[in-house]
Amino acid sequence: MRGPDAPTRKTIETVWRIEAARLIGGLVRFVRSVDRAEDLAQEALLSALERWPETGIPDNPGAWLMTTAKNRAIDDGRRIAMMDAKHREIEYGAASSTSLDLEALDELVKDDVLRLILIACHPILSRDARVALTLRLIAGLSTTEIARAFLTEEATVAQRIVRAKRTLTEAKLPFEIPAGEELRARVPPTLEVIYLVFNEGYAATTGDNWLRPDLCDEAMRLGRMLVGLVPDDAECHGLLALMELQASRTGARTGPSGEPVLLNDQDRAKWDRLLITRGLASLHRAEALHHPLGPYTVQAAIAACHALAARPEDTDWMRVVALYDALVELTGSPVVELNRAVAVSMAYGPAEGLSLVEELSHEPALRGYHLLPAVRGDLLLKLGRSGEAKLEFQRAAVMATNPRERNLLLLRAANCTHDTGSPN
Amino acid sequence: MKVMVVVKATKNSEAGVMPNEKLLAAMGKYNEELVKAGIMLAGEGLHPSSKGKRIKFSGSKRTVVDGPFTETKELIAGFWIWQVRSMEEAVEWARRCPDPMPGEETELELRRIFGPEDFGTELTPELRAKDEQLRADVERQKR
Repeated sequence: MRGPDAPTRKTIETVWRIEAARLIGGLVRFVRSVDRAEDLAQEALLSALERWPETGIPDNPGAWLMTTAKNRAIDDGRRIAMMDAKHREIEYGAASSTSLDLEALDELVKDDVLRLILIACHPILSRDARVALTLRLIAGLSTTEIARAFLTEEATVAQRIVRAKRTLTEAKLPFEIPAGEELRARVPPTLEVIYLVFNEGYAATTGDNWLRPDLCDEAMRLGRMLVGLVPDDAECHGLLALMELQASRTGARTGPSGEPVLLNDQDRAKWDRLLITRGLASLHRAEALHHPLGPYTVQAAIAACHALAARPEDTDWMRVVALYDALVELTGSPVVELNRAVAVSMAYGPAEGLSLVEELSHEPALRGYHLLPAVRGDLLLKLGRSGEAKLEFQRAAVMATNPRERNLLLLRAANCTHDTGSPN
Repeated sequence: MKVMVVVKATKNSEAGVMPNEKLLAAMGKYNEELVKAGIMLAGEGLHPSSKGKRIKFSGSKRTVVDGPFTETKELIAGFWIWQVRSMEEAVEWARRCPDPMPGEETELELRRIFGPEDFGTELTPELRAKDEQLRADVERQKR
């Protein structure tokens, strides 16, 4: 009978989501296939949706789901021959629950989740596939939710996931977690996936919303999980620091009607102090772990320069320029050079910045990149050349893909005329 | 979204009775789970209200009142701040918390923290006027 405490579908799905990574990760070890593991996990969810409204949520829902899924695998004759002896011993040994065994079990679960993340972010998969698979397997999001978050068709996401799982099966990847240097090499593609998810939420390139904070939150959660799994990887802490410091500005980055507010115009009282504190702590951990600093850590250090300045004019722009120098060295990216030009203009004046931007204007990688004319417009305006600035803002508006951002650029173009009255 | 999870005070917590080793271990394990899941942003335990102060506001008057405060059930003994996807998720995690005050009745109270998303539509008349002006400017520019 359904009592007043009967769990709702939403509650059950919430429990499943909390358990998803550990559940699927454990099943991958058991059946040695991501595809089958996910099927089994989904079937266990269906059983829970059937049974829990009658029985209530079990005391240890994770164990219930795991047992149900494993029994299903065995019932279906999908028993997998090989479970290596050590794992078997630990699993059965855990029942006696001496503290040593519990620690071993903890390690096992930790390995399950790390293995699953490394598989989902495997470099043989395309970036889109890695993102979709990570959100599905680790974050436990449904295909519908992933499609909504990325403003794509559900069928596209579903197909992407099916194909990714097929690729993984065909590649016959080893299920052992690599160690040492090999593990270190597998971390960057994972960080890339997490940062892609974050950026999709932080600077939505399409759609009418400038920000999709849920995706940022999801990325930060993944980042924190990964930090726990590979705690001695400096860039992992660096990425978490970068995300937390950037996300601390979320409340100040949009105006009343959702339009973007640029960094120097933001009301800094609205910055999230808790995220700043956490971000700075992550940054210190990253800096303590490894020298020279990696690209995520350097970007986090730049974000920290802003976070530490109570007012824009308090920013240590010289330090920002020095950090951008390091970042240009590390990445060789023209986009980074453009950001560096902005920092130079703040530290040494708009004319210095503008000459750097001019040098970049023929860079093929920046062709069609709306921030190039936007920055040039900004610097021209500061130099009092508002007629030229107006044209640059208009060019930038044509190139911008986010409607909110486009409107801001059109507004800046319009204001060029208001300010001087004499476009030349 | 962020949620504040408040642990309510009890007679023992107000008397400064420290948690025993077993509870400390269980709480340590629980906190570790919260960290591993990526939801824990902060968490602190509080000294008894005997070491606390209150500032009472009444018109322009400010009165400082020293602890302890008597209404134990209204007092708090600690808190967490979690980043969760939904209130349901926070409830699910809170259900997994070890009994924070063994031998006494207590409760966890979950409160949603205001976030940027909560202020989106609350425009003051001035802001709305400014907003409409902006839109008009943009529209004019498009023509």
